[in-house]
Amino acid sequence: MKKVIISLIMMFGIISSTSFAGTLVINTDTSDAAPKEAFEYIIKKFEEENPDVTVKWNVFDHEGYKQSIRNFLNTDPPDVANWYAGNRMLPFVRAGLFEDVSDIWKDSGWVDGNLSENMEHAKKSMTIGGKQWGIPYTYYQWGVYYRKDLFTANGISVPKTWDDFVAACATLKAAGITPITIGSKYLWTTAGVFDYLNLRTNGYEFHMDLTLGKVPYTDPKVQAVFDKWDELVKPGYFLENHAALSWQEALTPMVNGEAAMYVMGNFAVAPLKEAGLRDSNLGFFQFPEITPGIPMAEEAPTDTVHIPSKAKNKTDAKRFLIFMSRADVQEEINKILGQLPINKNSSVKKGDPFLKAGLNMLNNAYAMAQFYDRDAPAQMASEGMKGFQEYMSNPDRRQKILERLEKVRQKVYK
Amino acid sequence: MELNNPKAKRITWWQKNQIKISPWIFLAPGLIFFSIYVIAPIFVSIGISFYQWDGLSPSIYVGLQNYIELLDDEYFYISLWNNLKWLIFFMLAVPIGLGLAIFLNQIVFGIRLIKSLFFFPFVISQVVIGLIFTWFYQPNYGVIAPFLNFIGLEGFSILANENTATYGIIFAGLYPQIAYCLILYLTGLNNINPEQIEAGRMDGAKGFHLFWNIVLPQLRHATFLAIVVTVIGALRSFDMVAIMTQGGPYGYSNVLAYYMFEQALSEYGYRMGYGSAIATVLFTIMMFYILFFIYRMYRNEREDNN
Repeated sequence: MKKVIISLIMMFGIISSTSFAGTLVINTDTSDAAPKEAFEYIIKKFEEENPDVTVKWNVFDHEGYKQSIRNFLNTDPPDVANWYAGNRMLPFVRAGLFEDVSDIWKDSGWVDGNLSENMEHAKKSMTIGGKQWGIPYTYYQWGVYYRKDLFTANGISVPKTWDDFVAACATLKAAGITPITIGSKYLWTTAGVFDYLNLRTNGYEFHMDLTLGKVPYTDPKVQAVFDKWDELVKPGYFLENHAALSWQEALTPMVNGEAAMYVMGNFAVAPLKEAGLRDSNLGFFQFPEITPGIPMAEEAPTDTVHIPSKAKNKTDAKRFLIFMSRADVQEEINKILGQLPINKNSSVKKGDPFLKAGLNMLNNAYAMAQFYDRDAPAQMASEGMKGFQEYMSNPDRRQKILERLEKVRQKVYK
Repeated sequence: MELNNPKAKRITWWQKNQIKISPWIFLAPGLIFFSIYVIAPIFVSIGISFYQWDGLSPSIYVGLQNYIELLDDEYFYISLWNNLKWLIFFMLAVPIGLGLAIFLNQIVFGIRLIKSLFFFPFVISQVVIGLIFTWFYQPNYGVIAPFLNFIGLEGFSILANENTATYGIIFAGLYPQIAYCLILYLTGLNNINPEQIEAGRMDGAKGFHLFWNIVLPQLRHATFLAIVVTVIGALRSFDMVAIMTQGGPYGYSNVLAYYMFEQALSEYGYRMGYGSAIATVLFTIMMFYILFFIYRMYRNEREDNN
């Protein structure tokens, strides 16, 4: 018996001493090439700066992670896990699985000072119930990607206003070119279009009110968004058969010169360039103004790191989060990712016109929306996006769809 | 007899009951695993259907709320209706499989190779078939695009149209299912009694008459099995839907099994209670069918024994 107790004590001794030596377990969903490389780099750098910490890094498959995180936060919590901002983290915050890291936001303890100042524009999307629950480290812009050569050939200049935009579509359509390509098989691309129409017609506050369930879907302001959408859908300015295509498949007509524009995130640039487009014939512009005077808010989905509340080594986890918030670190990560750093003191990769345009746009943005499916709760988002897809195929069903979404809203947000 | 046997007196309890007990011992592993992995989950998931639960937070008892919501859910009815379409059109696999089996049931050079080519689709994974048919249906550059152009449906996408998507998936599903029925019938045809056919011929039966009255009755067991596996295949159709449309466009090609997955386990789901309610409905439908099937089997066997 005594022996057992002694060996038990020894075992605990070993366990506590190993965790004391500083093993930091990090789980990420960075299975794609660039994100994986970025984390490899960043973890190496962190270990160099903190020789007393050994990082144990588990890479999960990007899609599988959405399932795994729900399990490992409870059963086998790491010390740091990556996730997304906005309502996407709400279930974990509500279930008490993420640690409150407001103290890091108040005073990060680094020379470039207070996080709230350098990342003020991203703070809102990290805040639930007045507290911050993680650190954002990268985001990317959404907007309109277009074929410069097709615009020039048809005498179109970059549209700044809604009327210009609709006129450009009409010109392209008349020239036998599909004005806007989209692949809505996986639904979320439709939400990008809806969000922008909504942000430009009604503004950021209304977008948040809608995704937070404060306004009905039958509201005249929502109707106004669909009135604008009608102007694109009814004349057939979107790619036909979009419901059968993934977003990648919908790139093909654009590469072939059969379609001119795509309302998309910056991640579309890489495959478009791989398919043969160059900076000379691929361009980017901000989604045009619809209601004059409404401040321009943008979509900028943000990736974040969090500390699970059941983590064993919270001290080093906090060091890692502070490290991830630093301007120089964010600069390096985003150079590898080809995305934009959140910290205002970071600079971006030179010579990439898309990142430059994105940085310019986001730094001047009135506010950042996360994306319909990250700002709205999952059930609302899924029904909403199904509705958008149905509307885009059958614009005359608008009223029925909005009434159905309103019914869902009343159930989801009660 | 037993009294004459000197050993009979020393018979142990085990030896006495061996015959009665040993089947249960052999059945035990199967029974234990069946109850842990099949029976128990049925009751657990029926239980969950009375709760609101996201898999993380504590669950809240809501009584019949999930079922009431289900009754008011447009997508549920669409899925149910699609399941019915599956049941009806998936049945085509049985006669087509039978036709092919009869066609292949001849002795010529290389027939084994041809037979194996015909049931090859059954060996290919459903996922692969789904993927390939999605490419077939691709507007403008899919295999069937020239045909669609010919009948004046240029650029028509079968899977993007709410009226045709389900039929497109069922058609893809038929491809391996026909092969399955074909195998069942080929083995059935092997066991046909040639004397009966001979006798039928002598009585002047020919062609369809011979087939209908002499061959088909002997294939009764194969037919029964083919119908059973086809019905089950239709009710649990999931992989094809997941691969080809994910229930789209806007939920119009959904079936109950996939809708349950979407609500309970997909990226936007985690409504375990609601998903379980859908599963329970699907289970009830299957249960009716299975009970009917067991009853028929029981009756048939009694007839056979008499």
